[in-house]
Parts: sequence; structure tokens; C-alpha cells
Amino acid sequence: MTDVAIIGFAQSRSRPEAGTTSGVETLVPVFAQALSDAGLSRREVDFWCSGSSDYLAGRAFSFVNAVDAIGAYPPICESHVEMDAAWALYEAYVKILAGEAETALVYGFGKSSAGELRRVLALQLDPYVAAPLWPDSVSVAALQARLGVEAGMFSERDMAEVAARSRRDAAGNPYAQLSGETTADELLTAPYLADPLRVHDCAPVSDGAAAVVLAAGDRARRHRERPAWITGIAHRVDPPGLGERDLTAVASAAAAAAAAGLAGDLDAVELHAPFTHQELLLRAALELPGGVRINPSGGVLCGNPMFSAGLSRIGAAAERVMSGRARRVAGHATSGPALQQNLVCVMEA
Amino acid sequence: MHTEPATTPLSAPLVVGFDYTRSLGPVLGRFMSGLRDGRVLGSRSSDGRIHVPPLEYDPLTHAPVTTLVEVRPVGTVVSWTWSYRPLDGQPLSRPFGWALIRLDGADTTLLHAVDAGGPERMRTGLRVRVRWAADRVGHIRDIECFEPSGDASAAPAAGPPATADGEVTMMTTPIRLNYRHTASTEESRYLRALAEGRLLGQRCPVCRKVYVPPRVCPADGVPPTDEVVVLADRGTITTFCVVNVPFAGQRLDPPYVVGQVLLDGADIALQSLILGCPADEVRMGMRVAAVWRPREQWSTTPDNIAHFRPTGEPDAPYESYADQL
Repeated sequence: MTDVAIIGFAQSRSRPEAGTTSGVETLVPVFAQALSDAGLSRREVDFWCSGSSDYLAGRAFSFVNAVDAIGAYPPICESHVEMDAAWALYEAYVKILAGEAETALVYGFGKSSAGELRRVLALQLDPYVAAPLWPDSVSVAALQARLGVEAGMFSERDMAEVAARSRRDAAGNPYAQLSGETTADELLTAPYLADPLRVHDCAPVSDGAAAVVLAAGDRARRHRERPAWITGIAHRVDPPGLGERDLTAVASAAAAAAAAGLAGDLDAVELHAPFTHQELLLRAALELPGGVRINPSGGVLCGNPMFSAGLSRIGAAAERVMSGRARRVAGHATSGPALQQNLVCVMEA
Repeated sequence: MHTEPATTPLSAPLVVGFDYTRSLGPVLGRFMSGLRDGRVLGSRSSDGRIHVPPLEYDPLTHAPVTTLVEVRPVGTVVSWTWSYRPLDGQPLSRPFGWALIRLDGADTTLLHAVDAGGPERMRTGLRVRVRWAADRVGHIRDIECFEPSGDASAAPAAGPPATADGEVTMMTTPIRLNYRHTASTEESRYLRALAEGRLLGQRCPVCRKVYVPPRVCPADGVPPTDEVVVLADRGTITTFCVVNVPFAGQRLDPPYVVGQVLLDGADIALQSLILGCPADEVRMGMRVAAVWRPREQWSTTPDNIAHFRPTGEPDAPYESYADQL
């Protein structure tokens, strides 16, 4: 079977408001940087695949517009998913496994600040019985957080500790939107945004983009001294109805981890947890041992550009392998409401 | 050719709205008809569990659901949060609670609003009952919200439905989203020049083609430089179509012509209305000029040019625009 590796990664800085609604201008330097990181030229990319959503910025066919940033002449081979670009990475991975491409560039982009994000995200819920009520994404997450708190899985202090640790770690991440020294005690003095969630429990609204370059076998070895080889990648989905599943169990994350061969011997893992309690739920669902370094980048609580943040978790984890700082890592991405869909990618040197 | 300083990007509000009209099918049709009639129905799956809202297919056997059973419009809060500043479209405009509610007789929970007055009155285990909307049409919003039921376990009364004939088969949900659209630096420069009655193009630094409006070069994936090309407001029709079909929002009576106009000095055509001659006289290669609206109406919009009209010059030779087809 073909081995597939990540050989390049780049991201724009997460900003509260940046760039055009189309995102094209943000993507141009991200592509250049990712390709340079991979030692690949634009014309050497066999397959391009993106993740984005027109709802984010209210622009029809925004992914077609984004192709301008590629320079699609002569014609290119291209695809798109209306999900976080981590799922575009999965498509590209399969494309390479199938022998239809040797190299791929995967990208995600979005201007979350163009609309009212928490309200826009209500439209990913069931269109008959849920979305017509406009349950915003923060309120939906809060319902999940309370179930965890009241089941005794964690406390609001545990959640604040996640936020404080993330912001401390983000101090070393030049792409982060939020960072700095703080304590759980300090954070817990803030009022509720949506009980039991406070502002620090929720990822900020971020604009940005990211790109990851994949290559097969010898091609990866030729372009990168230390590629991050994908040893397992899988994604699973839970039922869409919020009342149809145990919102604290995250069964789809556990199933994806099992299918991807996630084990406890990781040097680091990047979890896509837009709310503090979701990191705690994921740590339990993935059975991560206490010694595993979680979100050394600071994670999405410090910068959450929609549709690229999940891809960036995989890219950031891979970057630790490529730079020699880690031997075995994992990246996780989520999509949909309250951790409905989960993807796990295990990589090693 | 000259350079112009970079300008701050223009932005403007953008409202996107659509009334989503969805067919309901046999299960949701009965569920919504039930709400219209003041009853809550759930689906029974093969393991005997009752799902509210109902599922259309059995999660275990994948067989279509055929059995719907009535549950009580009274239930228990399983989880909740508080909405301090309700957003547009939510069930209540004053602060309210969101809750997952297990209705008596159901095994799953329904997401809805609880009009509790304040967060101190919300708790897991709170007993709540449906507050029926006054006008019920067969929609999830026929449940206006839930309200604390106190110790009383009496079912809330529902008035007569607004319409009662037959089963509900469709539901309409208006969606309105508010955005702020932001143009690029180059687009902003283009729009500001339009407000002064000028047409600006920008040259791709790689392929040297002049794009109007300026954009990231779709062939080379590079943004334009600050090298600005001032273009004439006249050019050649490369291709065109005659619009014969009426549609919603149409501003002119068909037939009329929409053409691609290659401005002199540009390498990409602009789309514009072509007026000033009968539709059947418009042809490829025809020379046209911009007809600007009165100067006092100009702003940062392509609408400053009302349309293009024939100039009467001899037609441009095919070779002069063949690359733009």
C-alpha cells in the first residue's frame, strides 16, 4: 500500500477581522508558504482540495472564486468539501492512495467575521425541527457542557484551566489571536455568556486560512528530509439530532480514533475543541493518557478560523514531526454541532 | 500607466434572505400536522423507544418509520443554558432558557426555548409544558416555547388551529442572514475610481495581462501590482446574448441584450447591458461606448455605467478579440 505523508504546512495569522469576503488574497501567500515549506512548485501539485462554506461570508460559490489563488491555467484537478478542510485532506489522502495523484495541496479558508457566526451556524442543524428556532452554536455547546458538568465529568474550574493553559501555550504561537498569562481564578470571575460557558470557554471568532501539502512514498522522501507519515486516518459521524445521542460520550471521536489506530504513546496531540469542555470530552473519548502534550499551539481556543482550524490541527501536529520535535503525533478535527463529526489523523516520523 | 496609493478596503452590508420551502414526507408531515392540532407525536423505533422529534427511519433496522404515538406536551429539562441577549429569529425576544426537554412518554429530548424569566429559575429536572402558538400552521414554531409548569401536571390547552384541513405537507422557514461584504484593496481602488468616472485596470506582474476589475490573476495565482492602467470607456463586443425570458427582479422588458465588452487596453471583458439599437442588430465585433448616469448619481458602484451603446465605428476585426472568447 502507498505511504502518504505531510510534507508542508502553512497558515495565516488568526485575526478577529481580516481580508476580503472572498478570501482569495489571504490564500495567495499561504499557498506560496506551504509550497515553499514542501519544496514543491505550484505546477507540481497533482490535486487541489479545499474546505469552506458559502454560508460563512454569504457568497455563492466562494470556493470557485478561491481557485483564482491557485492559478488554474493550464487546467488543474480540483475538489471541494463543505466541511472543515481536514475532510478535504481525507479526500486528498484517498486520491493519493488510489494512485490518481502523487502530490496534493489541501486548503481551508473562511471569513467568520463577515456574518454573525454563532447565528450562521444554527443553519447546520436539522432544518425541520431545530434550525427554524435559530439555536446558536454557543447555546448548543452550553447544553453539552452542562451535561458534562452535572455528570461529574469536569467542573467549570477544569474548563477554565483548559483556557488558561491554552492561552499560555499560545504565547509561543505567532499565528494565535489570543494568548497570555492568566489563571483559572481570574477567568472564573467573568460573567456567564451562556451558562455554564463564559467567554474564555468559547473559541474567538477568527478569519484565516491554512494549507497542507501531501505526497506519496518516494516523492515525499525526495521533497522533505523528515516527512510526517500518516499511519492512520479515519472519520466518523454521530446522529444529527442533538437529543438522539449522548452528548458527553462523543462516540464518533472514539470510533474514529480506534479506526485510525490512535494509541497512548503520542508525543503531542492537537485537538480541535472550540469550547473548553469539548477538549475535556475529547480527552476522555480518545482515552488520552495524562502525559500526552495537548495543544502545544494553544489550540483553537486561541484562534479558530472556520473551515481551516481543523486542518491546522493536523498541520500543526505534522509540523512537530517534520521539525524533529516529536516522533509520533495526532491531529483531530471536528465539524458540525457539539462534536457531531470527528476525524483523527495519526502521524509519525 | 501610473501607480496609485493603496487604499483602505471598502465594505458594505449584505443581507441574504430566502424562504426555504420544504416538503415534509409521511413522518414529519404527521408530526407537523399534530403540532397544528395541538398534539405532540413521536416515532417508535424497533427497540420500543419513542423519539421526539420523530425519526423517519429506524436507527437500528433502517426501515421506514410507520408508527407514531402521542406523547404528553409536558416534560422535564435534561440540560439547559440561558440566552441573555436573544438573537434575531429565536423563539423569544426577551432573555430565555434553551433546554433539551424529555417529554413525558418520550425517550429522547427535544431542543426548545423555555420562558422562565431568569436563569435562577432554570434547573435540570425542571418540569415544563408547551405554550402553544396562537396561530398554528404545521411548523415547529407552533410550539411558541415551553414554560415552567410548577407542580401542576395538567396538559396545556391548545386553541383551535389556524387551518385544519388535511395533513400538512410543506413547511416554509424564512432565513435572513446579515453580513458585511469586504472588497479587496484592488477592487476598492477600482470602485473609488468609478465614483470619479474612471475605469481602472491592473496588470498581472507575471502574464502582463490587464484585468478589469483588478483581481488575483486566475492563470498565475498572483495579485496585481500597484501598476494601474486607465482604460477608455469604449470597447468591442466579444460575445452577447439576447434575453428573451422574463424572471423575478428583471429591470427591463425582454428582449434586450447583455454583452461582453472588451474595453480598449484590457485583456478581459466586462459584462454590460447593450442598448441604443434593436436587439437583432447587436453583433460580435461591434464597437460600443459607455453611457454614464448623471454625475450627481455616481458612487462606488459599477451601476454608474447605465449601459453601453453602439458608436457607429467600423466593426473590430475578429482577430482583435479572438483570444477573449
